Amino acid sequence: MKKILIVDDEPNIVMSLEYTFKKNNFEVFIARDGQEALDILKTQFPDIIILDIMMPFVDGFETLEQIKKNEQLNHCKVIFLSAKNKESDIEKGMALGADAYLTKPFSIKKVVEQVNDLLE
Amino acid sequence: MNSIVLLIILALYLGILFFIAHWAEKKGNSKWTNNPYIYSLSLAVYCTAWTYYGSIGVAANSGLNYLPIYLGPIIIIPAWMIILKKIIRISRVNKVSSIADFISLRYGNSRFLGAVVTIVCLFGILPYIALQLKSIAETFHVVTQTESSSNIFDDSTTYVAFALAIFASIYGTRYVDASEKRKGIVTAVALESVLKLVFFIIIGVYVTFFVFDGFDDIYAKASLLEHFREKNTIGGLPQAINWFFLCILSLFAIFLLPRQFQVSVIENTRENHVNTAVWLFPLYLLLFNIFVYPIAWGGNILFEGQSVNSDTYSLLIPQLFDNKTLTVMVFLGGFSAAISMIVVSSIGLSTMVSNNLIIPYGLLGRLKHNEQSTINKKIVNIRKIGIFSLIIISYFLYRYFALDYSLFSIGLVAFVIIAQLAPSFFGALFWRRGSRTGAVSGLIVGFVICLYTLLVPYALGITSSDTSFITEGLFGIKLLKPLQLFGLDYLQPVPHALFWSLLFNFMIYIAVSVSFKGNYRERNYAEMFLDINKYITMHENAFVWKGTAYRTDIEKVLIKFLGEERTKRAMNIFNLKYNVDKNEELADARLIKFSENLLTGHIGTASAKILISSVVKEEKITLPEVLKILEESKENIIINKKLTETSNELKEISAKLHEANVSLMEKDKQKDEFLDTVTHELRTPITAIRASSEILYDDDEIPEELRKQFLQNIISESDRLNRLIDKILDLEKFETGRQKVNFATHKVLQTIENAIEPLQQLINNKYIHVHIEGNSNLKADFDEDRIVQVVTNLVSNAIKFCPETNGLITLAVYEKHDFVQVEVSDNGKGIAPNDFENIFDKFYQSTNQNFKKPIGSGLGLAICKQIIEHHKGKIWATNNATGGGCLSFTIPKKQQP
Repeated sequence: MKKILIVDDEPNIVMSLEYTFKKNNFEVFIARDGQEALDILKTQFPDIIILDIMMPFVDGFETLEQIKKNEQLNHCKVIFLSAKNKESDIEKGMALGADAYLTKPFSIKKVVEQVNDLLE
Repeated sequence: MNSIVLLIILALYLGILFFIAHWAEKKGNSKWTNNPYIYSLSLAVYCTAWTYYGSIGVAANSGLNYLPIYLGPIIIIPAWMIILKKIIRISRVNKVSSIADFISLRYGNSRFLGAVVTIVCLFGILPYIALQLKSIAETFHVVTQTESSSNIFDDSTTYVAFALAIFASIYGTRYVDASEKRKGIVTAVALESVLKLVFFIIIGVYVTFFVFDGFDDIYAKASLLEHFREKNTIGGLPQAINWFFLCILSLFAIFLLPRQFQVSVIENTRENHVNTAVWLFPLYLLLFNIFVYPIAWGGNILFEGQSVNSDTYSLLIPQLFDNKTLTVMVFLGGFSAAISMIVVSSIGLSTMVSNNLIIPYGLLGRLKHNEQSTINKKIVNIRKIGIFSLIIISYFLYRYFALDYSLFSIGLVAFVIIAQLAPSFFGALFWRRGSRTGAVSGLIVGFVICLYTLLVPYALGITSSDTSFITEGLFGIKLLKPLQLFGLDYLQPVPHALFWSLLFNFMIYIAVSVSFKGNYRERNYAEMFLDINKYITMHENAFVWKGTAYRTDIEKVLIKFLGEERTKRAMNIFNLKYNVDKNEELADARLIKFSENLLTGHIGTASAKILISSVVKEEKITLPEVLKILEESKENIIINKKLTETSNELKEISAKLHEANVSLMEKDKQKDEFLDTVTHELRTPITAIRASSEILYDDDEIPEELRKQFLQNIISESDRLNRLIDKILDLEKFETGRQKVNFATHKVLQTIENAIEPLQQLINNKYIHVHIEGNSNLKADFDEDRIVQVVTNLVSNAIKFCPETNGLITLAVYEKHDFVQVEVSDNGKGIAPNDFENIFDKFYQSTNQNFKKPIGSGLGLAICKQIIEHHKGKIWATNNATGGGCLSFTIPKKQQP
């Protein structure tokens, strides 16, 4: 079973993603901000991480930087999923080493497709 | 003391001075020779042997009368600074090399006026130099206790005078250009100034504290002497008027004495040095005067009843106690005072004599046919011989025209004669209309009156009252008595002569100047002198000249006097300065003035004009025409000034624009950030709604419970979206003034409690303790709904910022004079001080939030600010004592209808 970590501070958005990925046979982990995500990543090594950018305390960019430093997470794919849709933000996200960048609002089906593409 | 020993000491002393002068001349621009202190000390050449010995004599014989000579300069010093700077500027741009040059240049390079000024100076200064030699000779004899010999070859003073004459002529004329600086001489003079002051103070301390028991002791003993009281009061009104004239006299002297002009103007290397002189010079004079009185009256006590010359008390007192070292020291101090005066005066006079008498009246015609090197040699030789012979002539004056008077009175006579320059000199600086004929006639009349009222009676012997000329008046006419002219009988001879000569001099200068039309050149120079600050950089522009002249002709003249190389260099400078093509054939007014200036230092202003005029064809210009041209050039200057002003204004505006641009960009950035936040805020509920809807639409197998939950999500997110839109609209309403505020009187505390009520659940969830304090009966006029909105907002903010545990929110209501203040503070991490102002801006997101999610939409506090301002109150942010954030607002108790 593939493991997925969803990082977002909006409970209603998390809820939709959690329901969908569980239905697609993922083991789902939830974090409400970057710090929580990094804490989970100490013990769990998911195959894919869906990361929001604007979050309190530790934001998405910082979280990704920390992930990249951890060799045990080398195989792990990262998708940014953010309401920030300016070109500069997307460029910055990709430059930090994200594997994909999706903007909010999103289509759940597209997100699932993207995740599956990355994992193939 | 043996004469030979003293002569050897003198020779050694002179040798040291020679060495210092030589060293300083070589050093050139080192900071040891070129600094404000050397300049200020060189001004102390004012204190001559007359000061050194003479003022003691005066103080001993007539009490306070020696003071006005020092009071005058001290009183005038603030004005002196301003006027002196102006004179220095004029002299610098015009290459002036003496006071005669200065005056004659202003009155149209007048050769005759220059000559008159020079002659007046000779009459004033030669006896003065003789006076210095007399003091050297007399004190020499006092120290060696010898008698003066009638054979000049037996008299040691002869050799001293001779040595001085050689010293001065060698170091006084190093350059052909008389406006060049003489660093060697100036440094030596400054050193002498220090020495004479130090020696004078040493003898003063010796007399006061070693011979006597301090100032009180001298006073106690002196007051027992005969005539002490009469000698030490100023006296009645006539005496006060005498004092007044003496002050005026010394005040003029500080400007006009050729040696003062030499050190303060010609030898000035930097205008700023005057700023130091302005305090150091009066201080010097004050220090010099501290011990005059104790020495004078100490001498009176010690030598009571003996016939000794009170001028030499400072030598006689140490001699009386057989203190040889001190005696010699005092003698050397006096010698320093004398030689600095002799050297500087003779240099100044010799420049005047060569540039204003010998060259323009005799040599100019012959010089033209010589080679450049011969001309230079001749000019330098004229000056050398000039200095040498002036000193020697003064020596003979001293030897054969028995100068029987005290040092003080001869000094004063010189001052009165030199004061005759005052009208034309000050007129040159401050009066446009002053003319050459006015200056010449005033000067001559003033000088003649001086001769009649002072020089002749002195020559006849002021003491022998048997001359009928003095007692009866010329031809027996009583009104013409030289010492009581026109019946004026209460002034002493010196103030008397000063009064009449200056009165006539001034009146004639003014009357003649306004009665006759002046020459255009005078008027031209008048403008340049008066408005020197306007013309300082491009002063050649202010020179009016019309005619035809060829550059090659002018260059030929210049080459004759300056040499090929210097002429070429000067021409290059001129071409660059005024952007003139070097192949230009014809010379213009600027080149004429420029060339005259180049020659002025060498041969004086009058000769320079004569030389240049000899190779150009000048057309007559009428006075009105000159005035018109000057007016035009003035207009140009005004236009220039306006242009500069406009350009400055433009610069200012551009700076402001830049500022505005920066703040606009800042605002723009803030707006971008806000839009970012707002779109984020809008997209977040939309995202949740869209995701929930998609699941509900696609997934038919969704369990009932979850389906309801997703639908609930859609409803709550829609509400959230709506609230956000409401906030934006709210703010917009306030800003455009369409928001109505309904005032009514309410209890403040009650309203606050109403606002907190709906938040209670949130507060409980975070286990926050809320503390409310204030008078529950306090009332104010406000729109309750709006104030509830504000308090809700502030408390929600505080909740967000409270720490996870032990959160504490304090609400306090204070009653102030005519308003109510509400404070909402928390125990969180506080607000960054640079956010205090900005957090109320609607687009503002705290700068230190970075990409982290900002708390709130950035609209709440902006709306609060609008509401409070609509209540005519204030809202602001601070941090409280524990470091937590604190937001406060005020509202008036009564709203004005």
